[in-house]
Parts: sequence; structure tokens; C-alpha cells
Amino acid sequence: MQSAAPLVKMSGVEKNFGAARALTGVDFEVNRGSCVGLVGHNGAGKSTLMNVLSGVILPDEGEVQIGGVLLDNGYDPAGAARHGVRSVFQELSLCPNLTVAENLRISHPSIKGIGWRKAARKVILDELDRIFPGHGISPDTEVSSLSIARRQMVEIARAFSSVTSKIELVILDEPTSSLDQNSAAQLVDFVRQFVGKGGSVILISHLLGEILDASDKIVVMRDGRSVAVDEARNFNRARLVRDMGDVLAENSEFGARSGAKREGPPVVTGPAEDEHQLVLYPGEIVGFAGLSGHGQTEMLVRIFEAAQGARGPIVATDRAAFVAGDRQTDGIFPLWSITQNIFVSSLERLKKGLSFDFERAEREAQDWQSRLSVRTADMGNNILSLSGGNQQKALFARALGSDAGIVLMDDPMRGVDVGTKQEVYEILAEEAANGRALIWYTTETDELKHCDRVYVFREGKIVAELSGDALNEANILGASFEKEDA
Amino acid sequence: MTWVSQLVQKPWVWAWFGAVSMWVIITGVSGFGAGGQVMSAAASFGTFFVIVAIGQMFVITLGPGNVDLSIPACMTLSATLAMKFMNGDPGLLVPGFLISLGVGLAIGTTNFLLILFLRIPPIIATLSASFLYQSTAIWSNRGLRVKPPEVLGDFAVAKVAGVPILTLVVLVVTVGMAFLLHRTRFGLSVLAVGQNEKAAKLAGIRVERVRFLTYLMCAVFASVCGFFLAGFSGGAALNMGEQYLLMSIAVVVIGGTSVAGGYANLTGLWGASLFMFLLVSMLNTLGLSAGYRLIVTGAIIVAVIVVSGRKLAR
Repeated sequence: MQSAAPLVKMSGVEKNFGAARALTGVDFEVNRGSCVGLVGHNGAGKSTLMNVLSGVILPDEGEVQIGGVLLDNGYDPAGAARHGVRSVFQELSLCPNLTVAENLRISHPSIKGIGWRKAARKVILDELDRIFPGHGISPDTEVSSLSIARRQMVEIARAFSSVTSKIELVILDEPTSSLDQNSAAQLVDFVRQFVGKGGSVILISHLLGEILDASDKIVVMRDGRSVAVDEARNFNRARLVRDMGDVLAENSEFGARSGAKREGPPVVTGPAEDEHQLVLYPGEIVGFAGLSGHGQTEMLVRIFEAAQGARGPIVATDRAAFVAGDRQTDGIFPLWSITQNIFVSSLERLKKGLSFDFERAEREAQDWQSRLSVRTADMGNNILSLSGGNQQKALFARALGSDAGIVLMDDPMRGVDVGTKQEVYEILAEEAANGRALIWYTTETDELKHCDRVYVFREGKIVAELSGDALNEANILGASFEKEDA
Repeated sequence: MTWVSQLVQKPWVWAWFGAVSMWVIITGVSGFGAGGQVMSAAASFGTFFVIVAIGQMFVITLGPGNVDLSIPACMTLSATLAMKFMNGDPGLLVPGFLISLGVGLAIGTTNFLLILFLRIPPIIATLSASFLYQSTAIWSNRGLRVKPPEVLGDFAVAKVAGVPILTLVVLVVTVGMAFLLHRTRFGLSVLAVGQNEKAAKLAGIRVERVRFLTYLMCAVFASVCGFFLAGFSGGAALNMGEQYLLMSIAVVVIGGTSVAGGYANLTGLWGASLFMFLLVSMLNTLGLSAGYRLIVTGAIIVAVIVVSGRKLAR
């Protein structure tokens, strides 16, 4: 299927943001009918490169050609769409106040006239069915009431849907960060089908298995350069990690952590009438598993509210901090610096007299910067100057830097790179050893290896509690799907 | 000239730039004597604008949809009840002031409870509640102008070296409020809620407590303003708060506070208050009729918002 000339040819692309050199002369090619995997650390320049390709930002230097046409300075997202380039970015771009079908209509102006609603409904529903069979999304739902995973599915389906406009290349920037394993696998299958029919895909992901499965060619980026380009079959996990500049930590197994000593009374207790009653002891890391959108986030919020003193069936006896996964909606204060974003949860602790102690906050922020390797020249910079994964690190610092005894994590590793993840895992284990109680909702089954116990959720309820030998992938998946697939 | 470019970045600069330009025009047309007089008047009237605008600024900073439209009614009711109680007796000044404060606390609480329990947008809650407050004031004073005790009137117009004492007091209050906004837990919480209410809640900020205190503060500032304005203008009248609704919002916005919430400053409030007063004075000086005056005022407000809005959008 591959024709001689590449579909996308970027050469010598440079981009600086002030003093920060985001891209330092990158060459990048995508052939027709192929999927290119793009990996690298948070802040390596992956998203910036894709922003250049999709016309969101103009490069300082270098050339971009699509289909043999050299793009000029007037290139913009509309121009990208004319060249058949579609993008799904980390920060979702759906209008929350519109329905799924209405959102499709926005990017497809050719759907018009009487009955456009019906046509739009059909297009998006067909595409969702094609990519994510069994998705359970109604096209008449308002986007704001969808879980972040379902929003991500709609966004992906919208990018792949075609009415009259051409579609040559789809850029997927962290498309699976909120999806559970099942939906992520569906997407990888679909990507292979799509490139089989001659389309092209650029896939950015921190899940290396996904990259290896979906890609024909892999490009590794580091510090604004592309450091390795090769056929996907010549890569394996170890080489990818090495090329990114990390040492692969020993892959831990299930059961590595289970059996922390329980001391004293639990800090969180769920409704007593539940079949599997939720309990959380100091020093424990408890995982929430199950398909995404089955009530895990809601449970975390209810525990958080209980810790703030809300009366209800859940009892929490200590203060709680929340690490948001949906950072745009639940986490970031966009007008503030990184430092202020970290210490918004410590306003009481960092008081000096009547005033907030800004100097101490700055010192502590610098500690967090080195501890979590936040990539920025100055923690006083605006939070939005950070890449997505680095913003997430700031949210971790916010929770861990507070004096809360309970830390609630809502799929917090979205968009965080492999190296940092390893560091965060260690920090979480340390925090637990220091007597903190942690609840960790994650859509990545591998992360549950770092938990003492796991509660599996289905349809808003806890349907299984797994620990010890029973804590393994088969049991987690089994409990997640039970009855639905039977 | 880095300090110039830095200064131009500050959102409050435009309000001060406007105020100075207006004064220059007035002085140019009418001479230095008139310029001095108009400046003194601007300080007096501007002080009252600033008092209500401080409260409104905190409310607007809470984020989209937050605005207190009950300020005029609150001023009127506070002034009416306090003046009626004192009935010109200087000995009752302190309890009279306490009554005024009490009115502010009651109105702030009512506003907040309407917003919280009826789940109606603040704009509707405060607007409809203000009919209640205004009616109470009408019922209480029956359209008469209730005179203040002489001491209060004297204090409200007293000057030291040409500067009204009340202006100096409010300047000190402004500095205190700047501290409250930028350095205390409460102020930082207001700024956080205004940027992202959901994130603020999940970061552990008691959003509803912050909202309550903010509306309470706004009503108290309005009631105190009503108290002193009654002293300044020779009594409580039913229409005394009329121009303060639009003025409180205009001063906040022109002063560089973000209408979208989460960003505020107090420096701009003074610039904007002086600007609004001097603008009207300048148009008077140029001899424009009332109709033209309103059109030009409106156009200038829009222009300022466009210019400052563009800076914030970056």
C-alpha cells in the first residue's frame, strides 16, 4: 500500500517558547498506510511537534510538507483539515454543553438541512460502533454528563468519522490515557484496520505495549530531538525505555506489596450493608479497578466529601486530599503559577501570622520540583506552561504536600511518562509506609500491582475485593465483566 | 524602557491613565483652580464608589454568574433604618452604626441562603431580594428624607489638607483588603474558586463557606457606604443608591478585575472610581447634554473593557 513519497515530511523543525527550546531541529516522516508510534518523556516535545503538524502553532524554523505540498505561514488548523489531517489531543476539545451528535456536526459542516440531527446521530453512532463495540453511549447525551473515558471515545470516533471531507492522517495524542484496557485494545485493533485501508495514524502513548502493538514505525523523542527512528519490529520494551533515557525498573508482580500490617482503626469505612464493605487502614494502598465509568470516581468524591464532614453512609476520620485525573476540569487553576497550584491545598498549613507564607511555599515547591522532576525553569511560571504530564505531577505534589492523612487518586497517571511513573510509585509506597492511607483508582491493570488490596467496581457497586493470591489480572478482569459477557 | 512595558502589562494601568487624562482635559479647559476643586470632589465621590466596589470585586472574582445586584437596596435600607433610629441624635451614633452593620449582615446572609437553598443564580437571587429590601425601606421612611446627626454629616465632609478624611480611612481599608485578597487563606480561596470551582472543592476549599463570607462582606460594605453617604448628602433618600449598581460593576471591571473570575486587584478600583467621576465632570465641562453624556460614558466603558479584555485573554 505504501507509495514512494511520504504523506508527511517535516524537516529541521525548531520551536522555542521564550528561553525554553521545545523542538531543536526535528525530522519526521509518516508514510501512507502506516501507523507511526511517537514516544518520549513528558515535555520531550511530542505534543509540540504534533501542534506544528496540525497547524496550531507555527514553527520558528524548518519545513512541513503534506502530500508533497509545502505548507506556508498561513497554515492553520483549518488548513490542516483541508489536507485531511485530524487530531485528538490530550486536552479534550468537545463542547460540554452540546450533545454527542451536535459535537459531530460542529466538525462536519457538510451535515446540514432539515434532518441534520438524524444524520449526525447516525454518523457518530456508526463510528462508535465500529471502533468501540458495546460502548453504551447515546448520541443524544450531553457531553458534560459523560465520564472522561466516554468523552475520549467520542472524541476519537469524531476524528475518524468521515462525511464528505477527506481523511488522510489521524493524530492520536494520548488517546487511551482515560480508557480501560478493553477499550484501549479495541482502539489498537481499529488503528490496524484503518492503516490497512491506506489511512495513516500517529500514535502518542506512554503505554509502551500499545505502541509496540499498533505501530509500523516508532520515533523516540528526547529533549526536543528525535533520538531513534526504526521499524516497530526492531523495538522491544527494554530498547524503548533505554532510548527514552531511562533504566527499566524491575517489573513488579502482583502480590509484591500485599499484606501491610493494619494498625489501629480504619480511616475510611463504607456503608455496612454493602456485600463488600469498603475499609481503608493507615499505611495501606487500596486500588479501585473495573471498567472506567463504573462509579469509581464517584466513590472517591463521596469519600472526599465525608472527610470534609458531609454526613452519609461513608465515614472518614481524617482529612483527605484528591489527585484529579481529569486535570482541566478537576485540578488546574489556570491563572496561577505552578507553586500556587501546589499549595492551594496547604493554605492553612503554610500560614505565618495572618499571611500565607509565600517564601516557604517557594522553597517547598523547589523540593517537589526535584522530587518529581517537574520540567520547568521556574516553579513561578504559569501552570499551563507545563506539558500535560508535568501538570499532573504538580497535582500529585498538591496532594502529597498537604497534611491530609487520606490521599484519593482518580486515575492520576494520565499522560505521565514511564520514568516518572516509577518514581511516583516509590513515593506512594513511602507515603504509605509513613502511615498515610491511599486509594488509587486506575485504568491500567499493571498499576494495581502496587496495591495491597483491590476493590473491583461494576455498575456503581463494589463487586469483588481481591487481595493476596486472589489479586491477579484474571480475577480483576473476571469481576469487571461478570454477567455482562456471560 | 522595561519598566514602561511592565507597567503597561498591569491591568489597572488603563483606569489610572483614563483618570489622569480626564483631569488634564478638565484642567486644560477650565484652569488649575477648577482642576483642584474637581479633584477634591472626585476624591469625595470616588471614595463612596470604592467602598461598594471592594465588595462587588470580591463577589465578581468568585467566577461567572456571581454579582451582587442588591447593593443599591442594601445602601438605602441601611441608611434609612440607621438615620431613623438616630433621628438626628449624636449620642446614638454608635448604636446607629451597629444597626447599619446589622442590616448588611442580614442582607448578606439572606442573599447567600437564597443562592444556596433555592439554587437560583446569584444575579436573580440578589435582584429579586433587592425588591424586598427596597420595599422595606419605602415602608419604613415613607418617602421622607431622614436627616443624619450633625456630627456624622460633619465627619463625612471633613477634610485634612484638602483631602477628605473618609478618603484616607477608605485608603487604609483598601490596603487591608489588598492584603486580605492576595495573602490570606480567605482571599486566595476566593481567587481559586473563581478560576475553577470544581477544582477548588477537590483541593479542599470550603467553597460555600467562601461564597457566604464574600456575599456577607459585599453587603456589609454596601450598608456602611449607605450610612456614610446619608451623612455626606444630608440624609437617607430612597433613590440614594440608584447609580451605585452600575457604578460598582463598572469600577470593578474598568479597574482590571477579570469578569470571568479568579483575578482581581484593588489598585484599579481607585483609578476607575476617579476615572468614572472625572469622565462625567469632563463631559459636563465640555457642555454636553445629558443624552450625549450617557452615550459617551457607555462608549468609553466598552472601549476600556475591549482594551483590558484583550490583555487578559493572552
